[in-house]
Amino acid sequence: MSNGLALLSIFVLSIFIGFEVVAKVSTTLHTPLMSGANAIHGIILVGAIAVANNATSNLQLILSILAVVLATINMVGGFVVTDRMLEMFKGKKREVK
Amino acid sequence: MNRNLYDVLGLVAAACFILALKGLSSPKGARRGNIIGAIGATLGTILVFWAPGSAHKHLIPILGAIAFGVIVGVPAARKIQMTQMPQLVALFNGVGGGAAALVATVEYLKLGKSASTAEVLATVFTVVVGCVSFSGSIVTFLKLQELMTTRPVIFPGGRFLIAGTLAGVFASAAWVINSGTTSPLLIMGGLSLLFGVLFVLPVGGADVPIVISLLNAFTGLTVAASGYVLQATLLIVAGTLVGASGTILTRLMAAAMGRSLFGTLFGAFTAKPQASTGVSEARSVKSGSADDVAILLNYSQRVVIVPGFGLAVAQAQHTVRELADLLTSKGIDVAYGIHPVAGRMPGHMNVLLAEANVPYEQLVEMEEVNPTFPQTDVVLVVGANDVVNPAAKTTPGCPIYGMPILDVAHAGNVIFLKRSMRPGFAGIENELLYDPKTTLLFGDAKDSLTKVVSALKAL
Repeated sequence: MSNGLALLSIFVLSIFIGFEVVAKVSTTLHTPLMSGANAIHGIILVGAIAVANNATSNLQLILSILAVVLATINMVGGFVVTDRMLEMFKGKKREVK
Repeated sequence: MNRNLYDVLGLVAAACFILALKGLSSPKGARRGNIIGAIGATLGTILVFWAPGSAHKHLIPILGAIAFGVIVGVPAARKIQMTQMPQLVALFNGVGGGAAALVATVEYLKLGKSASTAEVLATVFTVVVGCVSFSGSIVTFLKLQELMTTRPVIFPGGRFLIAGTLAGVFASAAWVINSGTTSPLLIMGGLSLLFGVLFVLPVGGADVPIVISLLNAFTGLTVAASGYVLQATLLIVAGTLVGASGTILTRLMAAAMGRSLFGTLFGAFTAKPQASTGVSEARSVKSGSADDVAILLNYSQRVVIVPGFGLAVAQAQHTVRELADLLTSKGIDVAYGIHPVAGRMPGHMNVLLAEANVPYEQLVEMEEVNPTFPQTDVVLVVGANDVVNPAAKTTPGCPIYGMPILDVAHAGNVIFLKRSMRPGFAGIENELLYDPKTTLLFGDAKDSLTKVVSALKAL
C-alpha cells in the first residue's frame, strides 16, 4: 500500500471512530465536549513545531513561529477551560451525596 | 529517535485522543477524558522535538513561542468568567484554524514546485477552511461579546456578495493548483477570510453556538489535511476525530434547538421579513413589586424557576439558590426548568448553576418539565426570554421559529425578572410579557431576587 493510501485509510477509519464515540452525548455535556474537541485540534502545534524546525527562510520561520503561538493558545487554553467547566460538574455531584 | 518507537508513541497519543472524546461524552468520565486528552497532546508535542529526519533548527524561538502561548492562553482560560466562556472557546477555535492555515502555507512555500497534486489540494483545503474558521470565529466572538449587533446582519445584495466571494475562492484555488506559485495562495487566503466574515454575519445570535460547533469541526478537518501534507499520522487522527465528532455534535445541537442545520446557516437568506415590533411599544404590562412577588410565591405549592443568561450576567446564581432553599424550607416544591440552550450554548446553564452548587436533582430538562407546567402555580423567569417566547410556535418566519420552548404560559402565574423591556438575544418581541397572568419585576436580577428573599423572610 502506498504511503498516501495508508494515510487515507487512517483518515477514513478515524471518521468512523469520531462518529461513534460521541453518538450518545447528553445536552448537558455539549459545551464541555465542544470545548474539549476544540483543545484536541490544538495538536496542530505538532505540525507548527515540525515546520518551524525545518524552516529554510526567514519568512517561513516567522510564519511558523506565529503558528506555534496560536496553536499553543488553542491547545493549552482549551484544555484548561474545559477542565474548569468540568470541575464545576464534579463539585455539584459531591453536593448531592 | 528510532522511527518505530517514534511511531508507536505517536499511536499512544492518538489513542489518548479517542479515549478523551469517549470520556467527554459521559458525565462520569468527562473530567478524566479531558485530562487524558491533555496527556496525549503533551506527549505528541514532546515527541515532535525528537522526530526522526527533522532538521531540529530554531529551537530557542520555538520554545519561546510555546512559552508565550502558554502565558497568553492559560490566564485567559483561568480568569474568564463562566458567562463569557462560549466566546473564549470560539476564540481558541479561531486561532487553531489560523495556525493550521499558516502551517499549510509554510509547508507549501517549502515544497514549492516539488509538491504533488494531492499535497497542493490538501494545502488549498487547509488554507481556505482554516481562514474561514479563523475569521468566522472572530465574528462569533464579537457577536457573543456583544461588541457588535447580535441580530442577523443582512445587507442588500449580501447574497450576491457571498456567492461572488465563494466563486473567487474557488477561482483562486484553481489558480493555485495550476500555477504552484505564492501570490495566488495569498489572494485565496484573503478571499477566504472575507468569506468567513460574510458567512457568519447573517447568523442570528441564538444560532451562534451551532456555528461555533461547525467551525470547530472545520478546524479539525484542516488539521487532518495539514497532517496529510506533513505526513503526520497523529494530526490526521486527531483532526479527523474532531471533524467527525464535531459534525455529529453540531447536528445534535441543532436538533436540541429544533433547528435544521441548513436553515441556521442559510436561513438569513430565505427568512421572511419580520412583523414590525413598533406597534407593541404602547401596550401596557403589569409590573409588580418584590412584595407582590413574595406573596405570590408564598402561597404557591409548586414553583418552577427558569434561569436565563440574564441570571448569569447579574451573577445571581447564588441568590436564586438562596430563594429556592427558602421556598423549599416552606414546603414548596421547587424545580429549575433548564432549556437545552439556556445561556449561550447547550449545557451552558448547567455549568453556571453547578458553579452555585444547585442540587443536581432540582435541574429538570425541558422535556420533563414541560408537562408539569399546568400543575405549576408560579413560574419565575429570571433573565430568560427567547427560551420561553411563544413566538417560536406561533410566528412562522421569526428567527427562533421552530425552536422548542418551555411552555411557561400553561402555569398559573408567570413572573418575569427583567432589566428592561428590551427583547432577548434573538431580538424578538415576547407576547407573553403582555399576558394578563404575567407580572414583571424590573431591575437587576440579583437585586430583585435579594429583595424578594428578604420580603419572603418578613412574611
